[in-house]
Amino acid sequence: MLKIKRVYKTFNPDSANEVRALQGISVNINLGDFVCVLGTNGSGKSTLLNAVAGTFPIDKGFISLNDIFLTKMPEHQRARYIGRVFQNPFSGTAPDMTIAENIALASSRGMKRGLSFALSANKMEEFIEPVSDLNMNLEDRLNEPIGKLSGGQRQALTLLMATWIKPELLLLDEHTAALDPKTAGKVIELTKKIVEKDQLTTLMVTHSMQQAVNLGNRILMLHNGKIAYDIQGSDKKHMRVNDLLALFDEVRRKEQVDESVAHMIKEQYI
Amino acid sequence: MSILIGSLTIGLILALLALGVFITFKIFDFPDLTTEGSITFGAAIAAILIVKGYSPATATLFAFLGGCLAGLVTGILHAVFKLNGLLSGILVMTALYSVNLHVMGRSNIPLLSELTLISHFESYAEADKDINIMGWLVPQKDLFVLGFVLVFTALIGSLLNIFFKTNLGVAMRAAGNNAQMIRALGVNTKAYMIFAIALSNGLIALSGSLLAQFQGFADVQMGIGMVVWGLASVIIGEALINTRSVGFLIFGAIMGSVLFRLLVAVALQWGMDPNDLKLITAIFVFIALILPGLLNKAENRKKLKKLQHAED
Repeated sequence: MLKIKRVYKTFNPDSANEVRALQGISVNINLGDFVCVLGTNGSGKSTLLNAVAGTFPIDKGFISLNDIFLTKMPEHQRARYIGRVFQNPFSGTAPDMTIAENIALASSRGMKRGLSFALSANKMEEFIEPVSDLNMNLEDRLNEPIGKLSGGQRQALTLLMATWIKPELLLLDEHTAALDPKTAGKVIELTKKIVEKDQLTTLMVTHSMQQAVNLGNRILMLHNGKIAYDIQGSDKKHMRVNDLLALFDEVRRKEQVDESVAHMIKEQYI
Repeated sequence: MSILIGSLTIGLILALLALGVFITFKIFDFPDLTTEGSITFGAAIAAILIVKGYSPATATLFAFLGGCLAGLVTGILHAVFKLNGLLSGILVMTALYSVNLHVMGRSNIPLLSELTLISHFESYAEADKDINIMGWLVPQKDLFVLGFVLVFTALIGSLLNIFFKTNLGVAMRAAGNNAQMIRALGVNTKAYMIFAIALSNGLIALSGSLLAQFQGFADVQMGIGMVVWGLASVIIGEALINTRSVGFLIFGAIMGSVLFRLLVAVALQWGMDPNDLKLITAIFVFIALILPGLLNKAENRKKLKKLQHAED
Protein backbone atom coordinates (compact mmCIF):
# COMPACT_ATOMS: atom_id res chain seq x y z
CA MET A 1 0.00 0.00 0.00
CA LEU A 2 1.17 3.52 -0.81
CA LYS A 3 0.54 5.86 2.13
CA ILE A 4 0.72 9.60 1.60
CA LYS A 5 0.09 11.60 4.77
CA ARG A 6 -0.33 15.38 5.04
CA VAL A 7 2.34 16.12 2.47
CA TYR A 8 3.25 19.76 1.84
CA LYS A 9 5.47 21.17 -0.89
CA THR A 10 6.01 24.83 -1.71
CA PHE A 11 8.30 25.83 -4.56
CA ASN A 12 10.27 29.11 -4.35
CA PRO A 13 8.96 29.97 -0.87
CA ASP A 14 8.82 33.66 0.11
CA SER A 15 9.31 34.90 -3.43
CA ALA A 16 7.12 36.33 -6.14
CA ASN A 17 7.10 32.92 -7.82
CA GLU A 18 5.95 31.04 -4.75
CA VAL A 19 3.85 28.03 -5.70
CA ARG A 20 2.06 26.03 -3.02
CA ALA A 21 1.93 22.83 -5.04
CA LEU A 22 0.89 20.37 -2.34
CA GLN A 23 -1.08 21.54 0.67
CA GLY A 24 -1.38 18.70 3.12
CA ILE A 25 -2.46 16.00 0.72
CA SER A 26 -3.34 12.60 2.23
CA VAL A 27 -4.33 9.44 0.43
CA ASN A 28 -3.86 5.68 0.68
CA ILE A 29 -3.50 3.63 -2.49
CA ASN A 30 -4.20 -0.08 -2.12
CA LEU A 31 -2.17 -2.88 -3.58
CA GLY A 32 -3.20 -3.45 -7.20
CA ASP A 33 -5.09 -0.15 -7.50
CA PHE A 34 -4.91 1.54 -10.89
CA VAL A 35 -5.49 5.19 -10.05
CA CYS A 36 -6.04 7.99 -12.57
CA VAL A 37 -5.04 11.39 -11.21
CA LEU A 38 -6.96 14.31 -12.73
CA GLY A 39 -6.86 18.03 -12.09
CA THR A 40 -6.48 21.43 -13.66
CA ASN A 41 -3.08 22.91 -14.45
CA GLY A 42 -1.28 23.71 -11.24
CA SER A 43 -3.48 21.45 -9.13
CA GLY A 44 -0.45 19.47 -8.02
CA LYS A 45 -0.86 16.26 -10.06
CA SER A 46 2.68 16.02 -11.33
CA THR A 47 4.09 17.37 -8.07
CA LEU A 48 2.35 14.53 -6.24
CA LEU A 49 3.96 11.96 -8.53
CA ASN A 50 7.38 13.59 -8.27
CA ALA A 51 7.07 13.73 -4.47
CA VAL A 52 6.48 9.97 -4.45
CA ALA A 53 9.34 9.41 -6.93
CA GLY A 54 11.67 11.57 -4.84
CA THR A 55 12.57 14.17 -7.46
CA PHE A 56 12.66 16.76 -4.64
CA PRO A 57 12.45 16.58 -0.84
CA ILE A 58 8.99 17.34 0.57
CA ASP A 59 8.56 20.12 3.15
CA LYS A 60 6.37 18.20 5.58
CA GLY A 61 4.53 14.93 5.74
CA PHE A 62 5.19 11.27 5.24
CA ILE A 63 5.28 8.80 2.36
CA SER A 64 5.63 5.02 2.59
CA LEU A 65 5.26 2.18 0.12
CA ASN A 66 4.48 -1.31 1.42
CA ASP A 67 5.81 -0.24 4.83
CA ILE A 68 9.08 1.09 3.40
CA PHE A 69 9.61 4.70 4.42
CA LEU A 70 10.25 6.76 1.32
CA THR A 71 10.08 10.25 2.87
CA LYS A 72 13.83 10.75 3.23
CA MET A 73 15.07 8.17 0.72
CA PRO A 74 17.01 9.63 -2.25
CA GLU A 75 15.47 9.33 -5.69
CA HIS A 76 17.87 6.70 -7.02
CA GLN A 77 17.19 4.38 -4.09
CA ARG A 78 13.43 4.62 -4.54
CA ALA A 79 13.96 3.37 -8.08
CA ARG A 80 14.29 -0.11 -6.60
CA TYR A 81 10.58 -0.08 -5.87
CA ILE A 82 9.21 2.37 -8.42
CA GLY A 83 8.98 2.29 -12.22
CA ARG A 84 8.45 5.60 -14.00
CA VAL A 85 7.38 6.93 -17.39
CA PHE A 86 7.69 10.66 -18.04
CA GLN A 87 5.60 13.08 -20.06
CA ASN A 88 8.46 13.88 -22.43
CA PRO A 89 9.10 10.81 -24.61
CA PHE A 90 12.78 11.77 -24.72
CA SER A 91 13.19 11.73 -20.94
CA GLY A 92 12.88 8.00 -20.39
CA THR A 93 15.62 6.67 -22.65
CA ALA A 94 19.30 7.39 -23.35
CA PRO A 95 19.29 8.54 -27.01
CA ASP A 96 22.91 7.78 -27.94
CA MET A 97 22.71 4.24 -26.65
CA THR A 98 21.17 1.27 -28.42
CA ILE A 99 17.73 -0.17 -27.70
CA ALA A 100 19.42 -3.26 -26.24
CA GLU A 101 21.67 -1.18 -23.97
CA ASN A 102 18.69 0.82 -22.74
CA ILE A 103 16.79 -2.36 -21.91
CA ALA A 104 19.87 -3.79 -20.23
CA LEU A 105 19.98 -0.68 -18.03
CA ALA A 106 16.34 -1.21 -17.10
CA SER A 107 16.82 -4.91 -16.48
CA SER A 108 18.99 -4.09 -13.48
CA ARG A 109 16.83 -1.26 -12.13
CA GLY A 110 17.73 -0.54 -8.53
CA MET A 111 20.32 -3.33 -8.42
CA LYS A 112 24.08 -3.16 -7.93
CA ARG A 113 25.84 -2.70 -11.25
CA GLY A 114 29.09 -4.60 -11.45
CA LEU A 115 31.75 -5.39 -13.99
CA SER A 116 29.98 -8.20 -15.84
CA PHE A 117 29.03 -7.50 -19.45
CA ALA A 118 25.76 -5.61 -19.81
CA LEU A 119 24.84 -7.46 -23.00
CA SER A 120 25.25 -11.08 -23.92
CA ALA A 121 23.81 -13.34 -26.60
CA ASN A 122 21.49 -14.81 -23.98
CA LYS A 123 20.25 -11.44 -22.86
CA MET A 124 19.66 -10.26 -26.44
CA GLU A 125 17.60 -13.40 -26.91
CA GLU A 126 15.54 -12.53 -23.81
CA PHE A 127 14.92 -9.01 -25.11
CA ILE A 128 13.39 -10.11 -28.41
CA GLU A 129 10.05 -11.44 -27.20
CA PRO A 130 8.90 -8.55 -25.02
CA VAL A 131 10.04 -6.06 -27.66
CA SER A 132 8.24 -7.86 -30.47
CA ASP A 133 5.10 -7.86 -28.26
CA LEU A 134 5.07 -4.08 -28.73
CA ASN A 135 4.19 -4.69 -32.40
CA MET A 136 6.46 -1.89 -33.53
CA ASN A 137 8.97 -3.97 -35.49
CA LEU A 138 11.72 -2.94 -33.12
CA GLU A 139 12.95 -6.48 -32.42
CA ASP A 140 15.23 -6.34 -35.48
CA ARG A 141 16.62 -2.96 -34.50
CA LEU A 142 17.95 -3.75 -31.02
CA ASN A 143 21.42 -2.52 -31.95
CA GLU A 144 20.28 0.86 -33.25
CA PRO A 145 20.57 4.00 -31.11
CA ILE A 146 17.23 4.75 -29.48
CA GLY A 147 17.49 8.40 -30.53
CA LYS A 148 16.54 7.37 -34.07
CA LEU A 149 13.08 6.21 -32.98
CA SER A 150 9.85 8.21 -32.91
CA GLY A 151 8.38 9.61 -29.69
CA GLY A 152 5.71 6.93 -29.59
CA GLN A 153 8.22 4.13 -30.04
CA ARG A 154 10.44 5.58 -27.36
CA GLN A 155 7.52 5.97 -24.96
CA ALA A 156 6.41 2.37 -25.54
CA LEU A 157 9.97 1.22 -24.85
CA THR A 158 10.15 3.39 -21.71
CA LEU A 159 6.96 1.73 -20.48
CA LEU A 160 8.40 -1.68 -21.20
CA MET A 161 11.64 -0.70 -19.43
CA ALA A 162 9.83 0.73 -16.37
CA THR A 163 8.04 -2.59 -15.87
CA TRP A 164 10.85 -4.92 -17.01
CA ILE A 165 11.42 -5.83 -13.36
CA LYS A 166 7.98 -5.79 -11.74
CA PRO A 167 7.84 -2.51 -9.77
CA GLU A 168 5.89 -2.23 -6.52
CA LEU A 169 4.52 1.02 -7.88
CA LEU A 170 4.25 2.35 -11.43
CA LEU A 171 4.17 6.14 -11.92
CA LEU A 172 2.92 7.43 -15.28
CA ASP A 173 3.18 11.20 -15.62
CA GLU A 174 0.92 12.18 -18.55
CA HIS A 175 2.91 9.72 -20.59
CA THR A 176 0.69 10.10 -23.67
CA ALA A 177 0.25 13.89 -23.59
CA ALA A 178 3.08 14.59 -26.04
CA LEU A 179 2.00 11.95 -28.57
CA ASP A 180 -0.37 12.22 -31.53
CA PRO A 181 -3.84 10.72 -30.82
CA LYS A 182 -3.26 7.50 -32.72
CA THR A 183 0.08 6.78 -31.06
CA ALA A 184 -1.34 7.85 -27.68
CA GLY A 185 -4.10 5.27 -28.13
CA LYS A 186 -1.54 2.58 -28.84
CA VAL A 187 0.52 3.47 -25.77
CA ILE A 188 -2.62 3.48 -23.61
CA GLU A 189 -3.57 0.00 -24.89
CA LEU A 190 -0.09 -1.16 -24.02
CA THR A 191 -0.33 0.44 -20.56
CA LYS A 192 -3.58 -1.39 -19.91
CA LYS A 193 -2.11 -4.69 -21.06
CA ILE A 194 1.03 -4.42 -18.93
CA VAL A 195 -0.72 -3.15 -15.79
CA GLU A 196 -3.39 -5.87 -15.98
CA LYS A 197 -0.92 -8.64 -16.69
CA ASP A 198 1.22 -7.94 -13.64
CA GLN A 199 -1.52 -6.46 -11.44
CA LEU A 200 0.66 -3.38 -10.97
CA THR A 201 -0.20 -0.72 -8.43
CA THR A 202 -0.32 2.33 -10.69
CA LEU A 203 -0.66 6.10 -10.41
CA MET A 204 -1.37 7.68 -13.79
CA VAL A 205 -1.61 11.44 -14.20
CA THR A 206 -3.71 12.34 -17.23
CA HIS A 207 -5.38 15.28 -18.90
CA SER A 208 -7.82 13.04 -20.71
CA MET A 209 -11.21 12.45 -19.03
CA GLN A 210 -11.78 9.67 -21.51
CA GLN A 211 -8.66 7.84 -20.31
CA ALA A 212 -9.70 8.36 -16.69
CA VAL A 213 -13.13 6.91 -17.39
CA ASN A 214 -11.87 3.94 -19.41
CA LEU A 215 -8.91 2.96 -17.31
CA GLY A 216 -8.33 1.88 -13.75
CA ASN A 217 -10.51 1.42 -10.69
CA ARG A 218 -10.14 4.78 -9.00
CA ILE A 219 -10.02 8.47 -9.87
CA LEU A 220 -8.40 11.17 -7.75
CA MET A 221 -9.32 14.71 -8.69
CA LEU A 222 -6.83 17.21 -7.32
CA HIS A 223 -7.43 20.86 -6.65
CA ASN A 224 -5.11 23.41 -5.01
CA GLY A 225 -2.73 20.72 -3.86
CA LYS A 226 -5.39 18.65 -2.11
CA ILE A 227 -7.75 15.91 -3.12
CA ALA A 228 -11.10 17.37 -4.19
CA TYR A 229 -12.77 14.07 -5.13
CA ASP A 230 -11.83 10.46 -4.60
CA ILE A 231 -13.99 8.23 -6.78
CA GLN A 232 -13.72 4.47 -6.36
CA GLY A 233 -15.65 1.21 -6.38
CA SER A 234 -18.97 1.21 -8.19
CA ASP A 235 -18.96 5.02 -8.38
CA LYS A 236 -15.86 4.76 -10.57
CA LYS A 237 -17.44 2.04 -12.70
CA HIS A 238 -20.49 4.19 -13.44
CA MET A 239 -18.52 7.36 -13.95
CA ARG A 240 -18.90 8.90 -17.43
CA VAL A 241 -17.05 11.77 -19.04
CA ASN A 242 -20.02 14.10 -18.47
CA ASP A 243 -20.09 13.28 -14.77
CA LEU A 244 -16.42 14.14 -14.53
CA LEU A 245 -16.96 17.40 -16.37
CA ALA A 246 -19.72 18.28 -13.92
CA LEU A 247 -17.35 17.64 -11.01
CA PHE A 248 -14.76 19.83 -12.66
CA ASP A 249 -17.30 22.62 -13.00
CA GLU A 250 -18.19 22.29 -9.37
CA VAL A 251 -14.56 22.59 -8.38
CA ARG A 252 -14.22 25.63 -10.57
CA ARG A 253 -17.32 27.28 -9.12
CA LYS A 254 -15.98 26.75 -5.60
CA GLU A 255 -12.80 28.42 -6.69
CA GLN A 256 -14.57 31.65 -7.63
CA VAL A 257 -15.31 32.40 -3.99
CA ASP A 258 -12.30 32.32 -1.77
CA GLU A 259 -12.31 30.36 1.45
CA SER A 260 -13.02 33.17 3.90
CA VAL A 261 -15.93 34.40 1.83
CA ALA A 262 -17.28 30.87 1.60
CA HIS A 263 -17.03 30.59 5.36
CA MET A 264 -18.84 33.88 5.87
CA ILE A 265 -21.62 32.90 3.51
CA LYS A 266 -22.01 29.59 5.30
CA GLU A 267 -22.28 31.34 8.68
CA GLN A 268 -24.90 33.76 7.47
CA TYR A 269 -27.10 31.53 5.38
CA ILE A 270 -26.89 28.07 6.86
CA MET B 1 61.96 9.36 -40.26
CA SER B 2 63.23 9.72 -36.72
CA ILE B 3 60.88 12.68 -36.33
CA LEU B 4 58.02 10.54 -37.60
CA ILE B 5 58.75 7.79 -35.06
CA GLY B 6 59.05 10.38 -32.30
CA SER B 7 55.75 12.00 -33.28
CA LEU B 8 54.00 8.64 -33.36
CA THR B 9 55.34 7.85 -29.89
CA ILE B 10 54.28 11.18 -28.39
CA GLY B 11 50.95 10.92 -30.20
CA LEU B 12 50.32 7.54 -28.59
CA ILE B 13 51.38 8.76 -25.16
CA LEU B 14 49.07 11.76 -25.44
CA ALA B 15 46.33 9.40 -26.67
CA LEU B 16 45.90 8.49 -22.99
CA LEU B 17 45.24 12.18 -22.35
CA ALA B 18 42.73 12.12 -25.22
CA LEU B 19 40.99 9.11 -23.64
CA GLY B 20 40.70 11.01 -20.36
CA VAL B 21 39.26 14.04 -22.13
CA PHE B 22 36.95 11.71 -24.06
CA ILE B 23 35.43 10.44 -20.80
CA THR B 24 34.68 13.87 -19.34
CA PHE B 25 33.99 15.88 -22.49
CA LYS B 26 32.22 13.37 -24.75
CA ILE B 27 30.46 11.18 -22.22
CA PHE B 28 29.60 13.77 -19.55
CA ASP B 29 29.80 16.94 -21.66
CA PHE B 30 32.04 18.28 -18.90
CA PRO B 31 35.03 20.39 -20.06
CA ASP B 32 37.43 19.49 -17.30
CA LEU B 33 40.26 21.96 -16.77
CA THR B 34 41.80 19.80 -14.03
CA THR B 35 43.60 18.20 -16.98
CA GLU B 36 46.25 20.92 -17.10
CA GLY B 37 47.17 20.26 -13.49
CA SER B 38 46.72 16.52 -13.42
CA ILE B 39 48.96 15.79 -16.41
CA THR B 40 51.78 17.65 -14.63
CA PHE B 41 50.81 15.97 -11.35
CA GLY B 42 51.30 12.57 -12.98
CA ALA B 43 54.67 13.64 -14.40
CA ALA B 44 55.74 15.08 -11.03
CA ILE B 45 54.79 11.98 -9.03
CA ALA B 46 56.48 9.62 -11.49
CA ALA B 47 59.61 11.77 -11.70
CA ILE B 48 60.13 12.19 -7.96
CA LEU B 49 59.50 8.50 -7.23
CA ILE B 50 61.89 7.43 -9.98
CA VAL B 51 64.56 9.80 -8.69
CA LYS B 52 63.99 8.46 -5.17
CA GLY B 53 64.76 4.98 -6.49
CA TYR B 54 61.33 3.39 -6.87
CA SER B 55 60.78 1.13 -9.86
CA PRO B 56 59.39 3.03 -12.85
CA ALA B 57 56.34 0.74 -12.95
CA THR B 58 55.46 1.60 -9.34
CA ALA B 59 56.07 5.27 -10.04
CA THR B 60 53.74 5.15 -13.06
CA LEU B 61 51.03 3.40 -11.06
CA PHE B 62 51.21 6.05 -8.33
CA ALA B 63 51.01 8.75 -11.00
CA PHE B 64 47.74 7.19 -12.17
CA LEU B 65 46.37 7.06 -8.62
CA GLY B 66 47.44 10.67 -7.99
CA GLY B 67 45.52 11.77 -11.07
CA CYS B 68 42.45 9.87 -9.82
CA LEU B 69 42.71 11.74 -6.53
CA ALA B 70 42.86 15.13 -8.31
CA GLY B 71 39.81 14.17 -10.38
CA LEU B 72 38.02 13.02 -7.26
CA VAL B 73 38.41 16.50 -5.76
CA THR B 74 37.11 18.21 -8.91
CA GLY B 75 34.19 15.78 -9.03
CA ILE B 76 33.27 16.45 -5.41
CA LEU B 77 33.51 20.24 -5.87
CA HIS B 78 31.17 19.97 -8.86
CA ALA B 79 28.72 17.25 -7.86
CA VAL B 80 28.52 17.65 -4.08
CA PHE B 81 29.23 21.37 -3.57
CA LYS B 82 27.47 22.24 -6.84
CA LEU B 83 30.24 24.53 -8.11
CA ASN B 84 30.17 25.34 -11.79
CA GLY B 85 32.05 22.67 -13.74
CA LEU B 86 34.64 24.99 -15.26
CA LEU B 87 35.26 26.66 -11.92
CA SER B 88 35.74 23.31 -10.16
CA GLY B 89 38.42 22.43 -12.71
CA ILE B 90 40.09 25.83 -12.48
CA LEU B 91 40.29 25.65 -8.67
CA VAL B 92 41.85 22.19 -8.66
CA MET B 93 44.18 23.05 -11.54
CA THR B 94 45.41 26.15 -9.71
CA ALA B 95 45.82 24.29 -6.44
CA LEU B 96 47.73 21.53 -8.24
CA TYR B 97 50.34 24.04 -9.42
CA SER B 98 51.49 24.51 -5.83
CA VAL B 99 51.08 20.81 -5.09
CA ASN B 100 53.24 19.93 -8.08
CA LEU B 101 56.00 22.30 -6.94
CA HIS B 102 55.90 20.71 -3.50
CA VAL B 103 55.97 17.18 -4.93
CA MET B 104 58.93 17.94 -7.17
CA GLY B 105 60.70 20.25 -4.71
CA ARG B 106 61.75 22.41 -7.67
CA SER B 107 60.29 23.35 -11.02
CA ASN B 108 62.08 20.76 -13.14
CA ILE B 109 63.33 17.23 -12.55
CA PRO B 110 65.63 15.69 -15.20
CA LEU B 111 65.27 11.94 -15.74
CA LEU B 112 67.84 11.40 -18.47
CA SER B 113 70.19 9.35 -16.30
CA GLU B 114 67.45 7.43 -14.47
CA LEU B 115 65.92 4.07 -15.23
CA THR B 116 62.45 4.79 -16.64
CA LEU B 117 59.89 2.60 -18.40
CA ILE B 118 61.15 4.13 -21.63
CA SER B 119 64.86 3.56 -20.99
CA HIS B 120 63.98 0.08 -19.78
CA PHE B 121 62.54 -0.78 -23.20
CA GLU B 122 65.36 1.02 -24.97
CA SER B 123 67.77 -1.28 -23.18
CA TYR B 124 66.30 -4.30 -24.97
CA ALA B 125 67.55 -2.92 -28.26
CA GLU B 126 71.12 -3.36 -29.47
CA ALA B 127 72.94 -0.11 -28.90
CA ASP B 128 73.46 2.04 -31.98
CA LYS B 129 71.86 -0.51 -34.30
CA ASP B 130 69.81 1.06 -37.06
CA ILE B 131 66.99 -0.65 -38.86
CA ASN B 132 66.21 -0.02 -42.48
CA ILE B 133 62.57 0.86 -43.08
CA MET B 134 61.88 1.55 -46.77
CA GLY B 135 65.29 3.12 -47.18
CA TRP B 136 65.24 5.12 -43.96
CA LEU B 137 67.60 4.25 -41.16
CA VAL B 138 65.84 4.24 -37.79
CA PRO B 139 67.51 3.52 -34.44
CA GLN B 140 66.24 0.17 -33.17
CA LYS B 141 65.71 1.53 -29.66
CA ASP B 142 63.25 4.13 -30.94
CA LEU B 143 61.21 1.37 -32.53
CA PHE B 144 61.23 -0.62 -29.29
CA VAL B 145 59.92 2.39 -27.40
CA LEU B 146 57.26 2.99 -30.05
CA GLY B 147 56.27 -0.68 -29.80
CA PHE B 148 55.97 -0.48 -26.02
CA VAL B 149 53.89 2.71 -26.11
CA LEU B 150 51.68 1.26 -28.85
CA VAL B 151 50.97 -1.91 -26.87
CA PHE B 152 50.44 0.05 -23.64
CA THR B 153 48.00 2.53 -25.17
CA ALA B 154 46.16 -0.23 -27.06
CA LEU B 155 45.84 -2.15 -23.80
CA ILE B 156 44.42 0.84 -21.90
CA GLY B 157 42.08 1.62 -24.82
CA SER B 158 40.82 -1.98 -24.87
CA LEU B 159 40.30 -2.02 -21.10
CA LEU B 160 38.34 1.20 -21.34
CA ASN B 161 36.27 -0.23 -24.19
CA ILE B 162 35.51 -3.35 -22.16
CA PHE B 163 34.66 -1.23 -19.11
CA PHE B 164 32.12 0.78 -21.09
CA LYS B 165 30.37 -2.44 -22.06
CA THR B 166 29.95 -3.71 -18.49
CA ASN B 167 26.84 -2.99 -16.42
CA LEU B 168 28.74 -0.30 -14.53
CA GLY B 169 30.18 1.25 -17.70
CA VAL B 170 26.89 1.25 -19.61
CA ALA B 171 25.22 2.94 -16.64
CA MET B 172 28.01 5.50 -16.57
CA ARG B 173 27.46 6.34 -20.24
CA ALA B 174 23.74 6.64 -19.53
CA ALA B 175 24.47 8.98 -16.61
CA GLY B 176 26.18 11.29 -19.10
CA ASN B 177 23.57 10.80 -21.81
CA ASN B 178 20.33 11.14 -19.81
CA ALA B 179 20.75 11.65 -16.06
CA GLN B 180 17.02 11.84 -15.33
CA MET B 181 16.38 8.48 -16.96
CA ILE B 182 19.18 6.63 -15.24
CA ARG B 183 18.32 8.10 -11.85
CA ALA B 184 14.83 6.68 -12.31
CA LEU B 185 16.55 3.33 -12.90
CA GLY B 186 18.38 3.51 -9.61
CA VAL B 187 21.75 5.04 -10.40
CA ASN B 188 23.38 7.63 -8.15
CA THR B 189 24.37 9.94 -11.00
CA LYS B 190 26.52 12.18 -8.78
CA ALA B 191 28.67 9.28 -7.59
CA TYR B 192 29.06 8.03 -11.16
CA MET B 193 30.12 11.46 -12.37
CA ILE B 194 32.71 11.80 -9.60
CA PHE B 195 34.03 8.34 -10.47
CA ALA B 196 34.23 9.25 -14.17
CA ILE B 197 36.14 12.49 -13.52
CA ALA B 198 38.54 10.59 -11.24
CA LEU B 199 39.12 7.89 -13.86
CA SER B 200 39.61 10.53 -16.55
CA ASN B 201 42.26 12.39 -14.57
CA GLY B 202 43.94 9.11 -13.69
CA LEU B 203 44.43 8.43 -17.39
CA ILE B 204 45.62 12.00 -17.95
CA ALA B 205 48.19 11.69 -15.16
CA LEU B 206 49.26 8.36 -16.61
CA SER B 207 49.83 10.14 -19.90
CA GLY B 208 51.85 12.81 -18.09
CA SER B 209 54.02 10.26 -16.33
CA LEU B 210 54.88 8.50 -19.61
CA LEU B 211 55.51 11.84 -21.32
CA ALA B 212 57.98 12.84 -18.61
CA GLN B 213 59.76 9.49 -18.91
CA PHE B 214 59.87 9.77 -22.69
CA GLN B 215 61.13 13.33 -22.93
CA GLY B 216 63.46 12.80 -19.98
CA PHE B 217 62.17 15.45 -17.57
CA ALA B 218 59.14 16.63 -15.64
CA ASP B 219 58.40 20.33 -15.70
CA VAL B 220 55.86 22.29 -13.70
CA GLN B 221 54.77 24.13 -16.86
CA MET B 222 54.20 21.07 -19.04
CA GLY B 223 50.40 21.00 -18.58
CA ILE B 224 49.71 24.33 -20.24
CA GLY B 225 47.36 23.97 -23.20
CA MET B 226 46.79 20.27 -22.67
CA VAL B 227 42.97 20.50 -22.42
CA VAL B 228 42.77 22.00 -25.87
CA TRP B 229 45.23 19.41 -27.13
CA GLY B 230 43.00 16.63 -25.79
CA LEU B 231 39.89 18.24 -27.23
CA ALA B 232 41.53 18.53 -30.65
CA SER B 233 42.42 14.83 -30.57
CA VAL B 234 38.90 13.78 -29.56
CA ILE B 235 37.34 16.00 -32.23
CA ILE B 236 39.64 14.70 -34.97
CA GLY B 237 38.87 11.17 -33.84
CA GLU B 238 35.16 11.79 -34.02
CA ALA B 239 35.48 13.19 -37.53
CA LEU B 240 37.55 10.18 -38.60
CA ILE B 241 35.06 7.72 -37.22
CA ASN B 242 31.51 8.69 -37.85
CA THR B 243 29.66 6.53 -35.35
CA ARG B 244 28.19 6.55 -31.87
CA SER B 245 29.65 3.17 -30.95
CA VAL B 246 31.84 3.69 -27.91
CA GLY B 247 34.53 1.24 -29.03
CA PHE B 248 35.08 3.07 -32.30
CA LEU B 249 35.02 6.43 -30.52
CA ILE B 250 37.81 5.25 -28.21
CA PHE B 251 39.80 4.04 -31.22
CA GLY B 252 39.06 7.36 -32.89
CA ALA B 253 40.38 9.37 -29.94
CA ILE B 254 43.66 7.42 -30.07
CA MET B 255 43.96 7.86 -33.83
CA GLY B 256 43.02 11.53 -33.46
CA SER B 257 45.84 12.13 -31.02
CA VAL B 258 48.40 10.41 -33.27
CA LEU B 259 47.19 12.21 -36.37
CA PHE B 260 47.17 15.57 -34.63
CA ARG B 261 50.72 15.07 -33.39
CA LEU B 262 51.81 14.19 -36.93
CA LEU B 263 50.12 17.28 -38.33
CA VAL B 264 51.93 19.41 -35.79
CA ALA B 265 55.26 17.76 -36.62
CA VAL B 266 54.74 18.42 -40.31
CA ALA B 267 53.75 22.04 -39.67
CA LEU B 268 56.85 22.58 -37.51
CA GLN B 269 58.97 20.94 -40.18
CA TRP B 270 57.60 23.37 -42.72
CA GLY B 271 58.76 26.23 -40.58
CA MET B 272 55.79 27.08 -38.40
CA ASP B 273 56.90 29.16 -35.41
CA PRO B 274 56.59 26.84 -32.36
CA ASN B 275 55.31 29.84 -30.40
CA ASP B 276 52.21 29.84 -32.57
CA LEU B 277 51.42 26.21 -31.82
CA LYS B 278 48.90 26.79 -29.04
CA LEU B 279 47.19 29.65 -30.88
CA ILE B 280 46.74 27.52 -33.96
CA THR B 281 45.53 24.56 -31.89
CA ALA B 282 42.94 26.76 -30.20
CA ILE B 283 41.73 28.15 -33.54
CA PHE B 284 41.57 24.64 -34.91
CA VAL B 285 39.41 23.43 -32.01
CA PHE B 286 37.16 26.48 -32.34
CA ILE B 287 36.58 25.78 -36.03
CA ALA B 288 36.06 22.07 -35.43
CA LEU B 289 33.46 22.84 -32.76
CA ILE B 290 31.39 25.25 -34.84
CA LEU B 291 31.78 23.50 -38.18
CA PRO B 292 29.15 20.76 -37.69
CA GLY B 293 26.56 23.40 -36.75
CA LEU B 294 27.40 25.53 -39.79
CA LEU B 295 27.27 22.54 -42.14
CA ASN B 296 23.92 21.57 -40.67
CA LYS B 297 22.57 25.06 -41.26
CA ALA B 298 23.77 25.05 -44.88
CA GLU B 299 22.21 21.63 -45.39
CA ASN B 300 18.88 22.78 -43.99
CA ARG B 301 18.94 25.89 -46.17
CA LYS B 302 19.57 23.71 -49.20
CA LYS B 303 16.66 21.45 -48.28
CA LEU B 304 14.41 24.43 -47.73
CA LYS B 305 15.33 25.87 -51.12
CA LYS B 306 14.59 22.55 -52.76
CA LEU B 307 11.23 22.43 -51.02
CA GLN B 308 10.35 25.95 -52.17
CA HIS B 309 11.49 25.07 -55.65
CA ALA B 310 9.23 22.05 -55.68
CA GLU B 311 6.30 24.19 -54.52
CA ASP B 312 6.91 26.71 -57.28
